Amino acid sequence: MPKTKPKPRKTPSSSPQQTSFHHPGSLLSVNDLALEDIGHVLKLASVLETEDPLKRMKRLFKRRVSLLFYESSTRTRTSFELAAKQLGADTVLVSALSSSIEKGESLKDTGITLRALGAECIILRHPNSGAPYVLSRATGLPILNAGDGMHEHPSQALLDLRTILQHVRGAKAAGPVSETTLKGVTVTICGDIFHSRVARSNMLLLPRLGARVVLCGPSALLPETAADAGPGITIERNFDQALQQSQVVMMLRIQAERLAGLNLDLDEYKLRYQANAERIAAHASKALIMHPGPIIRGLEMTSEVADGPQSAIAEQVRNGVAIRMALLVRALTAKGKTSR
Amino acid sequence: MKPILVRGGRLIDPSSGVDSPRDILLKDSRVAAVDAPGKLNSAIRQDGAEVIEAKGLVVAPGLVDIHVHLREPGQGHKETIATGTAAAAAGGFTTVCAMPNTTPVNDSPEITRWMQSPERNAQVRVFPIAAATRGSMGEALTEYGALKAAGAVAVTDDGKPILGDAIMRETLIAASRTGLPVIQHAEDTRMTGGCSMNAGALAFRLGLRGMPVEAESSLVERDIRLVAELKDARPHLHVAHLSTARALDAVRRARRNGLHVTCEVTPHHFVLNEEAVGEYHTHAKMNPPLRSETDRQAMIEGIIEGAVDALATDHAPHAAHEKEQEFERAPNGITGLETALGLAIVWLHEKHKLPLSRVLALLSTQPAAVLNLKGRGSLAVGSFADVVLFDPKKQWIFHAADSKSRSKNTPFDGWKLTGKVALTISEGRIVYRA
Repeated sequence: MPKTKPKPRKTPSSSPQQTSFHHPGSLLSVNDLALEDIGHVLKLASVLETEDPLKRMKRLFKRRVSLLFYESSTRTRTSFELAAKQLGADTVLVSALSSSIEKGESLKDTGITLRALGAECIILRHPNSGAPYVLSRATGLPILNAGDGMHEHPSQALLDLRTILQHVRGAKAAGPVSETTLKGVTVTICGDIFHSRVARSNMLLLPRLGARVVLCGPSALLPETAADAGPGITIERNFDQALQQSQVVMMLRIQAERLAGLNLDLDEYKLRYQANAERIAAHASKALIMHPGPIIRGLEMTSEVADGPQSAIAEQVRNGVAIRMALLVRALTAKGKTSR
Repeated sequence: MKPILVRGGRLIDPSSGVDSPRDILLKDSRVAAVDAPGKLNSAIRQDGAEVIEAKGLVVAPGLVDIHVHLREPGQGHKETIATGTAAAAAGGFTTVCAMPNTTPVNDSPEITRWMQSPERNAQVRVFPIAAATRGSMGEALTEYGALKAAGAVAVTDDGKPILGDAIMRETLIAASRTGLPVIQHAEDTRMTGGCSMNAGALAFRLGLRGMPVEAESSLVERDIRLVAELKDARPHLHVAHLSTARALDAVRRARRNGLHVTCEVTPHHFVLNEEAVGEYHTHAKMNPPLRSETDRQAMIEGIIEGAVDALATDHAPHAAHEKEQEFERAPNGITGLETALGLAIVWLHEKHKLPLSRVLALLSTQPAAVLNLKGRGSLAVGSFADVVLFDPKKQWIFHAADSKSRSKNTPFDGWKLTGKVALTISEGRIVYRA
């Protein structure tokens, strides 16, 4: 089991003061992937998607994958599960409410237990930011982050990237990527940025391929400091102006209870930030409209837009299976246990 | 107890301004004599004194930590008074002031006395700091007179800051009448719900809710305003583990206005910044959180210019299983007693050229003065025989596994430090020998 190894350091710097060792097949943050790795994952996704099902079944035949879900999920869980099954792997689902987690078992012990039961890879969804790092340190297994708190949802960002590339590059979507692949592409992410792990993964990933990311939302859901999360990120509070610059628009789910807690007026929110047919026709008639789901129709997005010709929402879901197949193959075929 | 003659060392006593070769004789738990090298040798024959050769070592007042959590009563799985004070002795501390957030809260003379009972097997002197309000609930004051009589040296609600103006005013008046300082953990908890690190771009990036600088500075400013309003009562406000430039500025202004306001800074707040959180390392989770690099530098500046009265560790032991959790769920705090001197020497003396005598003043004489600990933090004749001997040049690696504390939650595991404690004497007893 790889262990946190102390490393003496005398000065504080931007690097973590303790170096942790994670399995090279892990995906905890989009920053774990070099551009080359991203290209590799995209290519593998395309290969696997069209591969003969029987041949594909042999890829991870009888390998053991655990899905550890502390939060509810439809898309992510199902697509990870489908991805694993299409590769021939055995999956076990452990969810917080029907396991010893309810009895107070820690994440560390849950991970150790799953490993003892033969898990070779754990897919984790957890309400706390950074939980996959805890699980990785505890088990040394490849961990796939399926969403941790407000931190990241890297597989979602990758499937979003695949979706964007299919529209920007068409057939070349599966090719290698560089820092100019998305040059000239502006992606607006609109809504509850503060609470969104999807937003964080996308705003960290897309600028690395040359995209401009514009964040849009009211200050209660989008603090100014979000623009400092990485390069290539700007804030535009006026949704119409953000739309006018954008080739891609990602809408995020709005949770009414959060708005209530923040004293935000829902009608006001819809007026300023809802993606509706008139607004899209007026300001972004050609843009690709995306949403990671679940959608609250009539709130952040109207049905006309969600089901309209510009919508890529169903494509995103389909891409989820391909990307997650690639991530599972990467997780279970990565060699050795070296430092990232 | 056999008298002890420490000879051949470089004696640094900030309380009397001495920094020269001196021998020192300890007798009946007190400093009996300090004299030029060789002059006290007669004590060997006359008093049968045990001789400790201190060649190459600094001989200084035993260090005084006015902010530790010894976890007893009630949380013995994290630390006991015996293990916490053993760690103190190993770190060169001979006096520690224990915070009241125990189980139950130390809000009574009975618990205050219980903590000082010989049965606790303390290795060094423990002074309890009592709760300012019953159960630290921020509603009704505890009995300051009785607590002081039982040995309490200050009042505080530490982790549960006193937010209400009226109750804080009452606290300041009653404490000043009793002659006790009021220690405030300055955090407006109305701004920090669910927060686990410093607010800013890094917290956003990590998806963690951040504690704003204002949560600290606004409460320090409020407390200072109350102290100013109560000028005639002359209350003493002590700001615990100050961590932000803004709060430090407020303390500076208060002092310029002649108010009795003091403050302490922890080693981790002048050594580390928020980047140490890294990949959600819970050994970088404490409250107040590690701040920005700007704030860290402001702590160093404040210490050097003299705006900071004391270094204090906020030694906060937690069991491994409590820290090996999701970042947001892990408890706040790190151990600090065994690394404080080494960190202070590296960061203040070596890097910032603060004279060793001033580093030692910040770790002994000044904290003792903040809490009126008579006879502590000094090697003047008549003071308690609390002495630390250390090699000021010796570099060593701190290994958490070797710590005397019951808990090992420190971000400094494996760090190279300078200044190794060789011997600690508490009230004339040798309590640690390297």
